[in-house]
Amino acid sequence: MQRRTLLTLAAAGVVAGSLGLGAAHAADPIKIGVVGPKTGPLAGGATITHFPNFKLWQKLVNDRGGLKLKEGQRKIELIEYDDRTSPPETIKAVERLATVDKVDFIMPAYGTGFNLAVAPIFAKHDYPLLAQAFVTDQGDELIKRYPNLFVVQGKTQWFARDAIAVLKKLRDEKKIGNKIAVVNVADAFGIELANTARPMFKEAGFDIVYDKSYPLGTQDLSPIVKGAKAANPDAFVAWSYPPDTFALLEQAKIEGLNVKAYYSAVATAFQSFAGKFGPLAENVLGAGGYEDTPAIRDYMKIHKEVTGVDADYWGSAMYGSLLQVLEQSIEGVGSLDRKAVTAYIKSKTFKTVVGEMDLRKQQMTNAWTVGQWQNGFFHAVGAEGFTKLKPVNLKTNW
Amino acid sequence: MDIIITGLLLGGTYALMAMGLQLQYGVARIMNLANGEILVAGAFGTFWFYSATKFSPLYSLIFLIPLAFVANWAIYDVLIRPLVRRAKSQGQLEVDSILATFGISFIFVGGLLAVFGGEYLSYSYLARPIFILGEPYGLNRIAAFIGAIVLCASLYIWLHKTRAGLALRAVAVNPSAAGLVSINVPRASALAFALGGAVAAAGGSLLSMFLTFDASLGVVFTLKALVIVIMGGVSDIRGAIIASFILGLAETTVATLVDPGLTLAAAYVLFLAILLIKPEGLLGRRSS
Repeated sequence: MQRRTLLTLAAAGVVAGSLGLGAAHAADPIKIGVVGPKTGPLAGGATITHFPNFKLWQKLVNDRGGLKLKEGQRKIELIEYDDRTSPPETIKAVERLATVDKVDFIMPAYGTGFNLAVAPIFAKHDYPLLAQAFVTDQGDELIKRYPNLFVVQGKTQWFARDAIAVLKKLRDEKKIGNKIAVVNVADAFGIELANTARPMFKEAGFDIVYDKSYPLGTQDLSPIVKGAKAANPDAFVAWSYPPDTFALLEQAKIEGLNVKAYYSAVATAFQSFAGKFGPLAENVLGAGGYEDTPAIRDYMKIHKEVTGVDADYWGSAMYGSLLQVLEQSIEGVGSLDRKAVTAYIKSKTFKTVVGEMDLRKQQMTNAWTVGQWQNGFFHAVGAEGFTKLKPVNLKTNW
Repeated sequence: MDIIITGLLLGGTYALMAMGLQLQYGVARIMNLANGEILVAGAFGTFWFYSATKFSPLYSLIFLIPLAFVANWAIYDVLIRPLVRRAKSQGQLEVDSILATFGISFIFVGGLLAVFGGEYLSYSYLARPIFILGEPYGLNRIAAFIGAIVLCASLYIWLHKTRAGLALRAVAVNPSAAGLVSINVPRASALAFALGGAVAAAGGSLLSMFLTFDASLGVVFTLKALVIVIMGGVSDIRGAIIASFILGLAETTVATLVDPGLTLAAAYVLFLAILLIKPEGLLGRRSS
């Protein structure tokens, strides 16, 4: 009887032990670090464009069992930090993700200055930096300095150049006249765009009849719009940020600034822009834009279903495509070896939501730069590289 | 002429931002750095109401004002009163309340973020032009201006013509002396603080008709309100009202006649100039 009990106990022990070993092998999740502004001036944009894409990616990957590595499938776990729209905080968070949390990959920061601030840390720890919210004209020098840096958005000059090209085409087709009123927000991107655009306008033969800037956070833009209207422009261009983008169109409607071409830079691509203005948003031009494909419409649909946030028509699908590149690269290499993954990204082109992504030279050669709201979709009407563009409508609906 | 009207409308906007802090700092003597967050909460409340029901956002004031009043009374009772009790001097209370409300503002931002999310919230209401003397002005801004006038007038009348208002003003001038003439000082201060919070929330609600809000915007409004309250002289509500309109007119004049990029600079130059000439503010009284 004692021997039988001993045998039963031993058998139970072996079974339990093997179960225990099995549980340990239901592997540790892959740790992905996320940093961005959840509070502070840039939080509004990041809430729509930046954070939801990572949550969506995590759900899609985990729902199919996880990323396929040589050792088996492993699910993704996100570790998020709020950088409070402060570059020193972004740096601290990335350092922490790299050295304390020891994550396997770190997602890009939100904002050109922020990505620049953390590029050295990414380089030091061999993390690939797939920088999406990163618009600069210094891409060529930066990729030489940081071999792990991938610049996915376009150059500042492309955004200015293509907006002006859209207006030039309308003017050459005699659909609008020659007079431009330009305003810009007195902050980083607004100032860069305005300064880049000014000589381009002159070169294209336009007559700038009103050219003013306003401080960030101005609560009353009616003097600006009144001034622009008084100059009798044929087109209105605002290198603006989200709060002013929303305020300017409303002010333009109230003041009767009925130009046939109206452009406001950042946040025109937000669904909340079309949501607020309804039919008034039709035919407004802005930065960003997508080609109307089933893949993109699908992405926007599941983005809303999974995260509850309406994707925007500028960065969201680009983030989604970047994450697909990362996913395909990790699975292509079969491990979390960051150097190997970085090399893999540089080795081929990838099929993604926005089409073919070519990061072999570390810079995206294609970017949609100008969009126009037509029938509830912010269609790409201007781009670098991409060729399928929609024709531009005149804004006759005020 | 349109500079004057636009400037007055902007002054009304600024008055809505500043009245709440005027009550909380001028009367309750609490430098409430979370004032902007209360304003943003009011705006969010109205946005939520308008998106959910499609009724006029102005109806949301019916529940926002009492809600904000009760919430701010609770904040005063739980978080501020201990500071008031142990403060040995006016100066110490101000320092303590600055630190405490600074921390409270972060809690509020976190709360707003958790409940409403971080994205921009904006809606169109009364975004139609009204023509005054041939120039168009936004109906929503005019509505907010009327709201501001009603608010400022009622507050002024209440503070200067009623017994309860007299009690509040007495507490503002000298809390210990007010206690000696059987004014319930703790209750009066709580009332002023709660009223200030309700006014800030109402201001935010009216402003939401034409401004875009997000959870992190509170600090911008607190800063503007602070400038206006100090410029106007802390002790008299008329000072804040006058300062709001002077600021609105000055900024609009500079934006139209000089350069819109200089509005912030002009505002702060004015602020500095007034403080250099009269350090206690426009209608302030030199403290004895």
